[in-house]
Amino acid sequence: MTASTNDFVIKFANVNGSGSASANELFAKAILRMGVPVSPRNIFPSNIQGLPTWYEVRVSAAGHLGRRGGVDLMVAMNPQTWDADVREIEAGGYLFFDSTKPLPQGMRGDIEIIGMPLSALCVKHYDDPRQRQLLKNVLYLGGLSMLLGIEPAVVEALLSEQYKGKPQLAQPNIDAFRLGRTWAQDNLKFPLKFGVVRADNVGDRIFIDGNSAAGLGCVYGGATVCAWYPITPSTSVAEAFEKYCHKFRIDADGKRKFAIVQAEDEIASIGMVVGAGWNGARAFTATSGPGVSLMTEFLGLAYFAEIPATIVNVQRGGPSTGMPTRTQQADILSCAWASHGDTQHVLLFPEDPHESFAFAADALDLADKLQTPVFLMLDLDIGMNQRLCAPLQWNAGRTLQRGKVLDTEALEGGVPFGRYRDVDGDGIAWRTYPGTHPVRGAYFTRGTTKDADARYSERGPDYLDNVHRLKRKFETAKGLVPQPIIERAHRPTSLGVLYFGSTSPSMHEAAQRLAVDGLALNLMRIRAYPFPDTVRDFVLAHDHVFLIEQNRDAQLRTLLVHSFDVDPARVTPILHYDGTPITARFIAGAIRERLGAIAIREVAA
Amino acid sequence: MTYIAKPKLHHPSLTRNRVGFTRRDYEGKISTLCAGCGHDSISASIVQACWELDVEPHRVAKLSGIGCSSKTPDYFLGQSHGFNTVHGRMPSVLTGAYLANRDLLYLGVSGDGDSASIGIGQFVHAMRRGVDMTYIVENNGVYGLTKGQFSATADQGSRSKKGAENTDSPVDLVSLALQLGASFVARSFSGDKAQLVPLIKAAMKHRGAAFIDVISPCVAFNNHGGSTKSYDYVREHNDAVNRLDIIEGRAAIEVIQPDEGVIDVEQHDGSVIRLRKLEADYDPRDRLRAMNFIAHHAAKGEVVTGLLFVDPESRDFHSHLTTVQMPLNQLETAALCPGAEVLEKLNASFR
Ligand SMILES: Cc1ncc(C[n+]2csc(CCOP(=O)(O)OP(=O)(O)O)c2C)c(N)n1
Ligand code: SF4
Ligand SMILES: [Mg+2]
Repeated sequence: MTASTNDFVIKFANVNGSGSASANELFAKAILRMGVPVSPRNIFPSNIQGLPTWYEVRVSAAGHLGRRGGVDLMVAMNPQTWDADVREIEAGGYLFFDSTKPLPQGMRGDIEIIGMPLSALCVKHYDDPRQRQLLKNVLYLGGLSMLLGIEPAVVEALLSEQYKGKPQLAQPNIDAFRLGRTWAQDNLKFPLKFGVVRADNVGDRIFIDGNSAAGLGCVYGGATVCAWYPITPSTSVAEAFEKYCHKFRIDADGKRKFAIVQAEDEIASIGMVVGAGWNGARAFTATSGPGVSLMTEFLGLAYFAEIPATIVNVQRGGPSTGMPTRTQQADILSCAWASHGDTQHVLLFPEDPHESFAFAADALDLADKLQTPVFLMLDLDIGMNQRLCAPLQWNAGRTLQRGKVLDTEALEGGVPFGRYRDVDGDGIAWRTYPGTHPVRGAYFTRGTTKDADARYSERGPDYLDNVHRLKRKFETAKGLVPQPIIERAHRPTSLGVLYFGSTSPSMHEAAQRLAVDGLALNLMRIRAYPFPDTVRDFVLAHDHVFLIEQNRDAQLRTLLVHSFDVDPARVTPILHYDGTPITARFIAGAIRERLGAIAIREVAA
Repeated sequence: MTYIAKPKLHHPSLTRNRVGFTRRDYEGKISTLCAGCGHDSISASIVQACWELDVEPHRVAKLSGIGCSSKTPDYFLGQSHGFNTVHGRMPSVLTGAYLANRDLLYLGVSGDGDSASIGIGQFVHAMRRGVDMTYIVENNGVYGLTKGQFSATADQGSRSKKGAENTDSPVDLVSLALQLGASFVARSFSGDKAQLVPLIKAAMKHRGAAFIDVISPCVAFNNHGGSTKSYDYVREHNDAVNRLDIIEGRAAIEVIQPDEGVIDVEQHDGSVIRLRKLEADYDPRDRLRAMNFIAHHAAKGEVVTGLLFVDPESRDFHSHLTTVQMPLNQLETAALCPGAEVLEKLNASFR
């Protein structure tokens, strides 16, 4: 066990729907409030009640927010998963359990066991069965706070906040928390080998999940139409949008400056988004892989008809009966090339909730500027877990970028209009909204059977003109999307790493570890597709490049090789795809292993 | 096919309407459909209706799915924005467009394959929601564009041009629309302009989902003895229940026949639909009776046409959603973005 003060992993094994989620979250937040970074992760089944669910909290003074792997303290509250949970504890670690019933025979000898008679205490102090169930969670919170040195005032303040305005709920919770503490103080051995000590390592960072941040980003980005169909793990994007719209988008008369439609399916969702985008409203949908599959026909139309649309894809393990509650980055190709014909779509890859917010607003701007679908590629790991990140940021004075739209005055003033004419050479043509001018600017929208003035045409040269312009437009997109970020190693090196999205925290941690071993890596974080040319330059500037992805088939690598015709041998994929978030242990291990087979050329300083 | 400029021929109706447009201004590109196709007659009725209604062409947005029928929006209202979407999904695109700008008039054109086969789901849900639109299905019982396969509205027992018999029972979009809560439901026949034009006008004036099923024979694939959607069949079996004229609040635009047996149905905007009842007891405000009436006549092998149901109290989707009056696509940054200061407060709440 490597755990030490402010650096350990605790995992709660619970039964879904037992009320443990709020107690566990409170635990994580209490440690944050003590100035110590945490990164919690929900590991949950695709059902509402009864199946096992886990909440894993990594406490890391150094601020490592990726999943670490291994468990130092298991709070084993679910008999169903007991055996596996016990096995997962690192040697020298702790098992915390409800000792109302005796321990089963044949326990591991290399871990320490802490029993607290939670059920018995509940039965003794509470009559109502529901209250027994709920307060049991708060009891273990009390016990753990004593064992780990979590300040009781912090927890009690959080409980009061949680039940703000409901003192009849707050007090029993606080009492149960104290009861747990007192019992632990009187009966248990502590401190443990690790614990929490107040520090100042959190700073002004905030704690929020990526889906909420993306939903809020859509409010800031000026989305007025949201059409969606529920699917894990994306549902909370639409819910957050709705929540913040109710807060910020109701006028003095109680009228709404937004429209949210829970459509009949994803086809209708994207259809509505396309209709709204065609008609000049900012619109988005939120979905996951199976939903994107249903949307693909429309995405092709939107690409060719050049209609702005924003799609938030919170990726999960596919297919529909796949691993809806597990994380992956496995929709890269299905989104980048969604639909029939020669289509290409813009993808944005936020690394955390901070960027989920920023990129959601950017996606809406980009969709309008480029007149095309734009995907915001979250995944379950970022989307459904609260993550410590930089405060959300908005420049005062920022306005919505509506792109090339000819308004009534422009048309009245005689600006010539042809819907698909490349007037400015950037591949982006001017458009008009329906209803703008009585006799100018109307056009008929269809797929590709058209000429530059939107008249019906099946002529080959017209087709070529159009699709070549679309290619130019995609080139333009390279300069408009979020650019990659390079972090150079402390000394010159011939090795590079490409990574993106939720891999970020684990990648940083892995690079630090490898640096300690004397291995220098230049890092580039890709933040969007189409890849700016700097991505090619980065690949060519290194003898070997590792590309870290959370899918089986190295999908981003396919895009990379395709985009720049780079020699595939230069790019070694490192792939993690069992549905759990990638860890620094995995990345560092895999890079070390691959390097065994590579002769590293030292680069002179 | 390339665009052919329409020759400036003599036109019967070059008089200007109240908003200064001639009938010609409501026309579109020259049709590429088969000569005699029922769909072209419907386009002509749409042109006539819009001209008579004095709507400015650019205030109409016309959307369609895929099919011969769905091609027609290119052939009328050339000054309007149009959108040929994907097969069976016009309703969702129209819904999105309507959400973006509640001030335009929305005209959805579809086919029976488009709406009753591939797109029946979207048809159903658009009716349920009460999207403010005129939804016309140009119903020929076949897939015209893909050359004559049966659609879901083809009658059981009818034969295709190749002789195959349809054994599936048909979808009746009118009955379905009634059941789903559409607030305006009508049926007509492409060849009966006198009935169709006023129906389209009334539908466009109606607030909420207005559905018109227009039987529209396909001369290429469905106008033969075995088909129940051919001209002759329909003419014989047509049981026109009523006929209507529309009166605008400001001035009557149609000559109204003497009052005998007339029902006035007042619409939201104050205009009045006047129904000339051919059957004394037909009241188009009774949804249940309309459903019975249709079923009763269908059992006799008769197709009823006319305004079958209208809810004068209808509300539309925007009123359900309580959206602001200003079209959403016109709201600017200040109205939409909470701004940097608010974000600081939000950040504090996430700590
Ligand atoms: C997804 C998809 N499947 C199939 C087609 C081919 N298709 C084009 S039109 C059509 C049928 C149209 O029938 P209907 O709506 O009745 O129109 P009509 O031509 O009879 O007016 C079909 C099947 C298509 N365009 N898209
Ligand atoms: S095939 Fe039938 S529906 Fe299509 S244009 Fe010809 S007549 Fe009309
Ligand atoms: Mg048809």
